Amino acid sequence: MIPAGFSYVRAGSVEQALAELARHGVDVRLLAGGHSLLPAMKLRRVEPGVLVDIGRLRELAYVRLDGDRVVVGPLTTHRTLERDPLVAEHVPLLAAAARRIGDPQVRNRGTIGGSLAHADPAADLAAAVLALDGVLVARGPSGVRDIPAAEFFTGVRTSALAADELLVEIRLRAATGLGYAFEKFSRRALDWAVVGVAAQARPEGRTAVALIGMGPTPLRAGAVEEALAAGVPAAEASALAARGCAPADNAVASAAYRAHLAEVLVGRALAAL
Amino acid sequence: MRVEIIVNGRSHDREIEPRLLLVHFLRDLLSLTGTHVGCDTTSCGACTVLLDGVAVKSCTVLAAQADGCEVTTVEGLAGPGGLSPVQEGFRQCHGLQCGYCTPGMVMAATALLAERPDPSEQEIRDGLKGNMCRCTGYQMIVESVQWAAANGGAR
Repeated sequence: MIPAGFSYVRAGSVEQALAELARHGVDVRLLAGGHSLLPAMKLRRVEPGVLVDIGRLRELAYVRLDGDRVVVGPLTTHRTLERDPLVAEHVPLLAAAARRIGDPQVRNRGTIGGSLAHADPAADLAAAVLALDGVLVARGPSGVRDIPAAEFFTGVRTSALAADELLVEIRLRAATGLGYAFEKFSRRALDWAVVGVAAQARPEGRTAVALIGMGPTPLRAGAVEEALAAGVPAAEASALAARGCAPADNAVASAAYRAHLAEVLVGRALAAL
Repeated sequence: MRVEIIVNGRSHDREIEPRLLLVHFLRDLLSLTGTHVGCDTTSCGACTVLLDGVAVKSCTVLAAQADGCEVTTVEGLAGPGGLSPVQEGFRQCHGLQCGYCTPGMVMAATALLAERPDPSEQEIRDGLKGNMCRCTGYQMIVESVQWAAANGGAR
């Protein structure tokens, strides 16, 4: 499978990438690791006229501690997230999710920014970023703005990023020493999750629970979180996992089966905290 | 566009279409057909090569992304002293049947051993998760990697 033709620009700086976005409008796509975009282009589901390769902007690949936030550059690969000592200490949920993505070759190339911007409703990292109260920083022609993860995903593979904006940073609330769990069910080893859950313990029972595969976007399991905060035991709270969700009903799994998976996986995740 | 890619230690300067995939650069332009195309959907791992020492699926990398980088294919493993330990391990332990997945398995195993010279059986299975064998010869592939680990590793 060969992608449709396009012109290729290798961005030498964030400023150049932004200028290319502004110049070409909706006909341009950004290429980071390419492990969401290139498969879509090979299937000709996406046919950009211009591909702007930001893969060499090393200034966008970093993990830093900033007060009670862990800040991650969008070009950080899944492989780095798996092994980075700061991630392991302060947001280990992110490493747990990264470790479960695809396979080693995919994790070597795929990036957190690419995955989030692609906005697949079943993306593993999206669950972790939601559960870690992530804030996504977008930079456009008029400056930077913060987008809370809960408002970032707007539909199937659609995000709040404007066509002329670049995701420049992901900020996560540190969860040093707190319990966490990532669970997912896939049909075969390399498949996307049918349903997945990221759970992050916080003081005073304010546990965050995020789901993937349970609707057009990754989402927070509000009913479970409220029940836990009210002191409902985990086993009972997990039965509320699918409440308010509208999971897809398709060849991969029926909506009823996804709801069942959500309850079971949330139960397992909460038991592991 | 023009790219210069160092493949198995030799520099190759070519005029390409931006949409050319790395696997086709290797197979069609350089006639290095050891790298196989299996699924063409980032699943099977038959097209695995090392890009600056890191295992990647070359069906999901543009040749343009590899411009200026070093690529190692299965043709680049054997040295003057003969087969690499991983290649020899596959021979000693019958790590192949039809052979289609073998170049990708060998490259993924080489990357694994470079990072973990003494992997457990589970680490070998995790390290080869992105590579499928349609003959289902996984047990002997794992044994081949264990043989290689005990006999020189990723060298």
